[in-house]
Amino acid sequence: METIRGAVLSAHGLCRSFQGNRAVDDMSLSLAPGELLGLIGPNGAGKTTMFNMLAGSLQPSAGRIELMGSDVTAEGAEKRLGRGLGRTFQIPRPFPRMSVLENVLCGAQKQSGESVFGAAFRIGASRRDEARALEKARHILDFLLLSYLTDQPASVLSGGQRKLLELARILMADPKVILLDEPAAGVNPSLLEQIMARIVDLNTQGVSILLIEHNMDMVARLCSRVVVMALGRELAQGAPDAVIREPEVVRAYLGDAA
Amino acid sequence: MIDLLSYAAFFLTMALTYAVICLGLNLQWGQTGLFNVGVAGFVAVGAYVSAILTTPPIEGRLGGFELPMIFGWLGGGLAAGLLCLAIGALTLRLRSDYLAIATFGAAVVIQLALLNLEGLTGGPFGVGFIPRPFGALQGDADLFALSNLSVMIVTVLICYLALEHLVRSPWGRVLRALREDETAARALGKNPVTYRLQAFAIGGFVMGIGGAAQGHFIGFIAPDNYLPILTFQVWTMLIVGGSGNMRGAILGAVLVWAIWAVSGSAVSALFPTEQQARAASLQIVMIGVALCAVLLLRPRGLLGEAGTLRRAKTRTAPKISEGTETNA
Repeated sequence: METIRGAVLSAHGLCRSFQGNRAVDDMSLSLAPGELLGLIGPNGAGKTTMFNMLAGSLQPSAGRIELMGSDVTAEGAEKRLGRGLGRTFQIPRPFPRMSVLENVLCGAQKQSGESVFGAAFRIGASRRDEARALEKARHILDFLLLSYLTDQPASVLSGGQRKLLELARILMADPKVILLDEPAAGVNPSLLEQIMARIVDLNTQGVSILLIEHNMDMVARLCSRVVVMALGRELAQGAPDAVIREPEVVRAYLGDAA
Repeated sequence: MIDLLSYAAFFLTMALTYAVICLGLNLQWGQTGLFNVGVAGFVAVGAYVSAILTTPPIEGRLGGFELPMIFGWLGGGLAAGLLCLAIGALTLRLRSDYLAIATFGAAVVIQLALLNLEGLTGGPFGVGFIPRPFGALQGDADLFALSNLSVMIVTVLICYLALEHLVRSPWGRVLRALREDETAARALGKNPVTYRLQAFAIGGFVMGIGGAAQGHFIGFIAPDNYLPILTFQVWTMLIVGGSGNMRGAILGAVLVWAIWAVSGSAVSALFPTEQQARAASLQIVMIGVALCAVLLLRPRGLLGEAGTLRRAKTRTAPKISEGTETNA
């Protein structure tokens, strides 16, 4: 697959094996600025492995990852958000014993109060940063309709609310690229509409989004382009309607019976 | 009556030295989730360094340097903190259970080193003649005990306020986030190793000060004071009081020390002299029973991790329907 010129995120020839089993095998992918790209494929296709490599939590055994033109292949996951890439998890990972507000505040970057020196001695600067972060966090909670849960511990949230909370946390860092891992899984239909509307909003604001999703209806409505993965490789790509009709894709999803 | 007053003051003074150690452990475990089972080792380093710095020179071992007590306490804290930094740099990448094994090993090594490095530590004979705060007042038992107690109250207060300030800052929030879910915290741009190392070292510093204070109130330290039972006591204090809560750490220290002291007196009052050494084990049994009772009745400790979660406000009606949502 050719590289998109000026891509915000691109992967070239990524490989990763688990105990000799090639989960991702020479996979390339590019995300154009402002694009909402879908990554689909049957279970075990390697989508989440691909995601984890893009997010830095898994080192590829071969290949290269570029984020806004910088090579970030060898960087750890903790560097990504500072560079403008935020991710959510397939199974949401809130900080359960912290309040919803505290969870969101954790997404703030470059806070002077987050260094031990700043927290202890630069009290004025820490307070100012914290006040700014608080205002922003409340704004984001409003945007994601979570305001009424602000002071609740995150452990009381439902599955769908946890997904929104994860989104809220990374929005604190004003990401340019967001990786969403199955935002629709286990979410009730009315909340799902809200989540989809927020994804579209963010995308309209210029955020590039890479989306893993099994809900094909959602993918077809949101994405202009999808990449289909199977057995760790790219099987097809193109407009969602066209791609899901390709015989290879149908076979990958349904097996040889189709 | 007079005896009772100075005894009560002495009891509280000792309990508060444990409270300082317990505050250090609370930063490491309660806030950051670092499973430090080597508390005794770090306390010992604080005590020995302070003792060596402040005692009069003596033949056959290092020092002493006769420095003012404040330098001893700070030096003890600093030494314990630096030791934590060194051990942490080697082990904090380990998963929590392996960190426990590593710190336990470190504490055993420290204790054996104290026992055998006679030229440095006095070996099994320990270090004596450690100056006591307000030693000039020793003639008046009450005044002496109360002035000692006030030193400890001020020390606990300073440690409490400083740590409380830190854990309520964004820095403290990152520690809790790392404790709750390291992967998620990393994805939010927090470097786990840096934060853990800082929390481990600052916790060690506080433990070292606690150890130094203890040495100065007892006036004599020996390697036997720093066996794993000390680690067990401090852990019990934190769990009973409420892990994650600084006030809980102080309360737990006073309560568990009370159980320890009362059961100690009971043993010496109830058992004949020749049985007392054996009956002393009952003290540890009592602590164990208290621990079990708290774990059964109040699993989060007496105070729990209150305060970090603001009181839930009255919930306004949700703007979106939650009706049929399934939990992922």
